[in-house]
Amino acid sequence: MSTTSIPMPRAKPLIPLPSGHDLKGIIWQALLVIAVIALGWTLYNNMLANMAARGLQFGFGFLDRSAGIPIGESMIPYTPSDTYQRALIVGILNTLRVAVVGIAVATVLGVTLGVARLSNNPLLRSLVGGYIEVIRNTPLVLQLVFWHAIILQLPSVRQAINPLPGLFLSQRGLKIPMLEPNQALTAFLVALAAAIIGWMLLLRRERARQFATGDRRSTLAPGFAMLFGLPLLAGLAVGAPTVSWPELAGFNFQGGLTLSPEFFALLIGLVIYTSAFIAEIVRAGIQSVHKGQWEAARALGLPGGRIMRLVILPQALRVIIPPLTSQYLNLTKNSSLAVVIGYPDLVSVANTSINQTGQAVEVITIFMAVYLLISLATSLVMNLYNRAVALKER
Amino acid sequence: MSASTAPIGPAFLERAATFVRACFTGWFNIIITLSCIALLVWLVPPVVNWAFINATWNGTAQDCRAAGGACWAFIREKFWFSIFGLYPYEERWRPATMIAVLVAMVLASTQRRFWNQWLLVAWVVAAIGMWVLMAGGVLGLSSVQTRLWGGLTITGIIAVYGVALGYPLAVVLALGRRSKLPIIRWFCTGIIECVRGVPLISLLFMAAIMLPLFMPEGVTLDRLLRVLFAYTLFTAAYMAEVVRGGLQAMPRGQYEAAEALGLSYWKKMRLVILPQALTITIPAQVNTFIGLFKDTTLVVVIGVFDFFTTLRSALGDSAWLGFATEAYVYAAVTYFVLCFAMSKYSQRLERDFTPGQR
Repeated sequence: MSTTSIPMPRAKPLIPLPSGHDLKGIIWQALLVIAVIALGWTLYNNMLANMAARGLQFGFGFLDRSAGIPIGESMIPYTPSDTYQRALIVGILNTLRVAVVGIAVATVLGVTLGVARLSNNPLLRSLVGGYIEVIRNTPLVLQLVFWHAIILQLPSVRQAINPLPGLFLSQRGLKIPMLEPNQALTAFLVALAAAIIGWMLLLRRERARQFATGDRRSTLAPGFAMLFGLPLLAGLAVGAPTVSWPELAGFNFQGGLTLSPEFFALLIGLVIYTSAFIAEIVRAGIQSVHKGQWEAARALGLPGGRIMRLVILPQALRVIIPPLTSQYLNLTKNSSLAVVIGYPDLVSVANTSINQTGQAVEVITIFMAVYLLISLATSLVMNLYNRAVALKER
Repeated sequence: MSASTAPIGPAFLERAATFVRACFTGWFNIIITLSCIALLVWLVPPVVNWAFINATWNGTAQDCRAAGGACWAFIREKFWFSIFGLYPYEERWRPATMIAVLVAMVLASTQRRFWNQWLLVAWVVAAIGMWVLMAGGVLGLSSVQTRLWGGLTITGIIAVYGVALGYPLAVVLALGRRSKLPIIRWFCTGIIECVRGVPLISLLFMAAIMLPLFMPEGVTLDRLLRVLFAYTLFTAAYMAEVVRGGLQAMPRGQYEAAEALGLSYWKKMRLVILPQALTITIPAQVNTFIGLFKDTTLVVVIGVFDFFTTLRSALGDSAWLGFATEAYVYAAVTYFVLCFAMSKYSQRLERDFTPGQR
């Protein structure tokens, strides 16, 4: 069977016609295109026939019909009589809410655990190591169900656990104090943002000065002055922002912000699961920086904090950012497991919509597109950040 | 036996002394150590009390409630159910044989001296044999519908068939993504990125709800097959990225040498590039597989009774109400043992593959 003849290299043809090799490539590609179109066409026709057999019509017209889906929590005003379109938007916002909060908390916890994993203290090191291994090697679905069960077993509202003032933990979820949205809060936030931007501009000017003259002035005093002064001025002008504290009144709480048991369970589950992976990424990143870098920085006489900030971290971040991005994406995608514990995220709302309307293809197309968009957007932002910290070869 | 009593020797004491000394040097370390000890004291005794001292290993639900601790009798009662699910009782030897074959195959595959094409052939034969054994209908075996399959058996089936079917597809997708032909490259990149960009749940929904709509009239696809379709696609996309990493890691010289020998594209890949690219990525493949294995639990959303879902359904038994924690602990320990073993194995391979890195 085996042919032993070795083909000789051919001379280049005078006219640049597609050679035998190129021609084969073109045929392969043409075949692929034809196959994809044929398959797509067959599937499309099958779908139309099947939908017609069930008395359905392909199209997105159903989005304007009243949904009748009760959704427990929503960031925008929503009633069951609203349209499917609005119900799906509520679902998307709920997905984004848990993803954004989850990413922020998981990053903080993950970095802390990753640093603890490298501690000098062997007891802490092994405790954190064991914790990370247990979390990483059990399925997330199991962990979510577990946390949900734990929260449902918490005491009732009347006997809510009150670990910190203003914090109430019960089977109805977590109650935390909330800043009341009013003019004073807006003014406060604007002043705070202005202070931060001001400090950053100041820092930039000082850095430029250091580059030009080698001299550097501390920005701490004016920076802190802005950070505290501007919000204080805003408070004096418009009034201080008010805090709404949760208080037990009758059988339920008044005021404050409620994190529902489902949201809370999902958040804890996602945060703990993802932070274990982030911890390993952070540990690997810090360990990837060569020991010589520490020694060289110390030899230059840099103090400990600045060694970390100016020498180690910039190099570690290069190793950390790409896998961290995929963890952020994983957390967002994993938030779809909300459907297991009944948090009304996009998948959960979409699933109910499919059951009610039968428009499976359209709804699934919508939510796949939304996840793809979220994934692409996150990748884009993280790639931009990665470019900023990447090795700049001169 | 004498070797196992040896650890209380000078070497062990030395190590223990170093450990303790490292825990108590500097006031900051002492604070950390004391907080860790406080945490352990707060956490460990109640757990030990619950899991061992007050636990009931044998008996009824009443015994369990009286003892107040963990009810391992519940797990003992439901153990075989969690392995076989609703598979007919008299036929349980079939999934049992299947699991035995699976375990034997996995153990054989961990041995590097078996890594050759015959292992691949053996896996194909085993995969076909396992399906025939489970489904029956031939060779005098009674036919068992897939909706009766459940428990650890189905978790194993989904994971094994997902990889068996997804792996070849992954290699093709990875080669396609590295192809010089633009349309093939875009097509493969598109598939990989689309599948990786959406959650597995949405693929499962797609397979469960959308796939039947795409079938010609009168054709229905078994639910387990639909799950396998989604899971295979998912496996293929993630494995393809691992394989692509291997392909990119090959030095250019390997490609050029193969071309200089006059090998055709397929021969070059089959004889020179892929054997090396696949081998160096085996640790990464095992890690990806761990993730995929944990993700088999997601089939709960479309009503396939995998190991975890079967266990949860056992919680509804009216004679044994209120032992959810025990079931979750049992499931967690099972998954942990399997995944941890795999991850240790992958770490060992990684060490073996990087000589001089110790």
